[in-house]
Order: sequence, then structure tokens, then C-alpha cells
Amino acid sequence: MTLAVDISHRLGDFAIEANFESAGRLTALFGPSGSGKSTLINLIAGLIRPQKGRIAVDGRVLADSAAGIFVPMHKRRIGMVFQDARLFPHMSVAGNLRYGRWFTPWSERYANMDAVVDLLGIGHLLDRRPAKLSGGEKQRVAIGRALLASPKLLLMDEPLASLDEARKAEILPYIERLRDETKIPIAYVSHSIAEVARLASDVVVLSQGKVAAFGPAEAIMQRLDLLPAEERGEGGAVLDARVLRHDEAFGMTVLGSPAGEIRISRLARPAGTPVRLRIRARDVMIATEQPAGLSALNILAGTIAAVRPGVGPTVEIAIDCNGAIVLARITEQSKQTLRLALGRKVFAVIKTVSFDSATTGTGLPVEADG
Amino acid sequence: MNWLLDLTPDEWNAVRLSIKVATVAMLASLPPGILIALLLARGRFWGKTLLNGLVHLPLILPPVVTGYLLLLTFGRRGPAGAFLAEYFGIVFSFRWTGAALACGVMGFPLMVRAIRLSIEAVDRKIEAAAGTLGANPLWVFATITLPLILPGLIAGAILSFAKAMGEFGATITFVSNIPNETQTLPSAIYTFTQVPGGDAGALRLTLISVVISMVALVASEVLARRVGRRMDIE
Repeated sequence: MTLAVDISHRLGDFAIEANFESAGRLTALFGPSGSGKSTLINLIAGLIRPQKGRIAVDGRVLADSAAGIFVPMHKRRIGMVFQDARLFPHMSVAGNLRYGRWFTPWSERYANMDAVVDLLGIGHLLDRRPAKLSGGEKQRVAIGRALLASPKLLLMDEPLASLDEARKAEILPYIERLRDETKIPIAYVSHSIAEVARLASDVVVLSQGKVAAFGPAEAIMQRLDLLPAEERGEGGAVLDARVLRHDEAFGMTVLGSPAGEIRISRLARPAGTPVRLRIRARDVMIATEQPAGLSALNILAGTIAAVRPGVGPTVEIAIDCNGAIVLARITEQSKQTLRLALGRKVFAVIKTVSFDSATTGTGLPVEADG
Repeated sequence: MNWLLDLTPDEWNAVRLSIKVATVAMLASLPPGILIALLLARGRFWGKTLLNGLVHLPLILPPVVTGYLLLLTFGRRGPAGAFLAEYFGIVFSFRWTGAALACGVMGFPLMVRAIRLSIEAVDRKIEAAAGTLGANPLWVFATITLPLILPGLIAGAILSFAKAMGEFGATITFVSNIPNETQTLPSAIYTFTQVPGGDAGALRLTLISVVISMVALVASEVLARRVGRRMDIE
């Protein structure tokens, strides 16, 4: 599936110009508030008519100003999950879930009620009214409602932004399952680096209405300079690994990655499961010799591939560990003391405890379709 | 209590007629009431202020004036009245249908107001959500908007009914005060007060009028509460 967008649209003082074509499982539209993410998603959903340009999903043109095409939103078959769940207050959860089915032609219905209810774990909520649900439950029902309309594309507009950390952690695994177990392509709007790093296969970075960067998540996540200031602390390289074995004696899991073995807290997942790690640049130390007598368990050997100026007195150093990039943020002073320069052999040191539920997610299946 | 229920046939007719007129006035006002309320709540068009003023006119004009205007327009020789009589066989003047028209017009601003307020309270984002699920605008209205404004619809309908039960000035001006045809409860009470010895009859009908209005009010409260509980909106 491909999502092709090439539009320019002006709203008062704000102009959005976006041009990208993504074929990923989950394309994240990432940027700070005011960067035009929501306008873009409203354009794709058909809530706004683009002044100029073209939008197509899988070759089906939804809007084309030159050809005078504008498919109204109720004919687009694009499922939408909003930040505020927007459930229908006068219907039960089951009624909400069934709503979109009604309007889907028989031949195009692929979503199965039982499977969706099971996928999202909302079986016990079916008889309840939306007013009686928690924020996380509401959002899961909203996702189910969109899925059961058998959409050709699922748009998620900051689905976790209004939830607290515990609720976010509750829903993220469901979105991972959605990405990995269903065939529906997803466009996911977010301003949170944690969500994007964990979920995205491809990332469109928006800044002031323009596409600042577009590419696979692993490549984009290394560009700390693209992150808004308040998210920089969370920035870091994304590493796709898989579970090698569990070390029951110490309650740990050993992951295999191109960069070498990485030990993290015990994961409740069987060997072979893909895992995606976000290694925050601020959590990585650099040693010029193989460290000894150190509590940190993860020591990856590599060579310095890039040195970039960071915020304030810091520099960002990209270390190429056997093809995988690990980012480190250190001070300019350390850089000079250790005489770090391009091509130098170093060791990246990462504490096991810096991998937590916020930075450890399910990796995308290797045989990514599309 | 016996003297209260011991009504003469004419009095019974007045009670029956009033309920019939009020019910028809209410039901017939609902579709145009919803339409105008929608236009006023959401439409953006030239002359919206004018339409709003027109709808509210019966509220501020003396009822006699409204009745007289109806007579001029819907009377046998009035433009609308002649047209409707000729092509549809609908005659208003000096018929109970005319009483229903007068009552409907008088209650219309109250009904539109209640419905308009409830439409304005509907979160349009929820309607947009229904649109993304494949519902076209008509379906969105039928399955989302209409159920959500149900409490307002009920309130508007009851207001219109209550207004019709009490309408006097416009009705008597437009369709006069003919027993068994246009003599509604207020007209009948008025007639009693104009004749010697009519006090008992006037009091009987007054009490009946109070009871009917109270029952309508309580019924609407119960209905609205049940609808509200079913929806359980935060």
C-alpha cells in the first residue's frame, strides 16, 4: 500500500506544503504542535478540501485539485481515531463498534467483530455506555470502531496525547499488535518521540507546515537535530533486535542485534520475537578502551561515524557498531579530553536499567509487507 | 368531585377539540420546526437574521394581530388560503384545522428555540467521526444528531403543545368561536364568563385545563429523564 500526498494548502497565516509517498506499515507524521500534522491528517481524511494538490491511497485518488476530484469523507473508507475518542454517547460500546459496518458494502467487509474485540481486549465492555469507560478503554473502543468499518487506511491523530503515562503504556502494545497482525496501513500523528520510535516503520517529520525529512524510522531517529527542543532528551538511535535467550538466574533477557548482544530486564516474550529498542543518546557513555570493573552490562564496540554539535555544551556522536548506529550525547569537554574524532575506535556503554517499558517495544516483523 | 366530571356534551367537545388541535399543531410543527432550527443553528446564509425575526414574530406581536394576519393570508380569499383550498382542498377559515394552524404558529417560536439550543449543544466532532465511518450527512443526522437532540425535541414539542392548549387570541380572531368546530377550551371558558350563571362551567373547564397541562408537563419530564438516563452523557 502507498500513501501519496502532494498538496499545498493555506489556512489564514499558516501554509502547509507536503509531498511524500510512503509505503510503510505505519507511517508516523511527526512534529511539534503547530507544525501542520493535524491539518495534514484532516486533508487526508477529507475533513478539509485541499486548495491545491493530490492525495492518493494505493493508487485510488481521493483528491486532485487539477482534475477536480474530491471524494467526500464518508466515501473515503479511511478509519480515523481521534485524540478525544469521540464515541457516540447514545450508543453502547457494541453499538459504537457496529456503527461503521452498516455503511460498508458486503464485498468490502473484512474486519471481524470477534477478532477485533479480542485484539483490543474490549470484550468485557460491550454492554457499557461510553460515559462509563476510562480514557484508555474509550480509546481502545474508538480504535475498534474504526477497524470494524474495514478501512483501507487507518489514520490515528495523536491517539495517546490526552492519556496519562500508565494509560499510554496500556494501549501501546495494542497498537503494535494492530501494526503487526492486521494488514491495514496506518498513518500515525504524534509529537512524542517515544511513540514514534516505538511504532513507526517510516517517519515524515513536519516543521512549520513543510516536510523537513522523510524516511525509514531507523534513519530518521538518528537525526536528533530534527527533534523539537522539548523532545531532545528522549531522542536516540532506534535499534531492531530480537530475543536470543532469557537469563532466568538474573531475571534478564539477552537480545541479539547487529551491534552485539544487549542485556535488558526480563521480557515476557519468547525467543525469536523482534524487539525494537530506543537507546536514548543521553543514556550512552563512551569509553576509548574496553572498560573493566564497570557495572554497566552493555558494552558495544564501534567506530565514530559522525560528530555533530548538540544543544548548549554538548555534542552528539554517532557510533557505527557493526553497521548499526548508536547515538551518544556527551559534553564538548569530554569529547576534547578523550580526543574523540571521526573514525576512532570506541566503546558505547549502556546501563541495562536505561531500557524500560517506554523504550522497549515490539519490533516490526522482518518480512514487512508493502 | 362529581360536579367536576359531569360535563355537558358541548364542554366535552371543547376538551376533545382542544387536545386534538394541540396534538395536530404540535406534530405538524415538528418537521418545519426541526428544519428551521437546523438552519438557524448551523446555516450561514443571507437573511438569517430576518428568518430569525420572522420565526419570533408571533411571540412579540399581540395574538390578535397574528390571528388577523392569518385571516388575511389563509382566509378563503387570502392568497395562501385560496391556493390551498383550490388545489389541495385544505380549508382553514372557521374550521378546527384553522385553530390548529393558529396554535401551531403561536407555539412555533418556542419550539424552534428549544430545538435550536439542543442542536447548538451537539458536538460536531462526533458527527464528523460518524462521517469518517461512512455515514453520509443524512445518515449522520438520523443516527447521531437526532438521537442527541431528543431531549430538546421533547421539550420543544411539549412547549408547543402547552402553548396550543392555552392559545386564545389568535385562534378566536382567525377561526372565531364555533362550538364543536373551533371552540377550544380557552374559547369555551371565555364564553362561560360572558353569560350569567356560567361560573361553574368556567371553573370546571379551568380545572380540566390545569390538569391536562400538568399531565403533559410531568410526562415530558419523565420522558426527558428516561432519554437522558439512556444516553448518560457526561
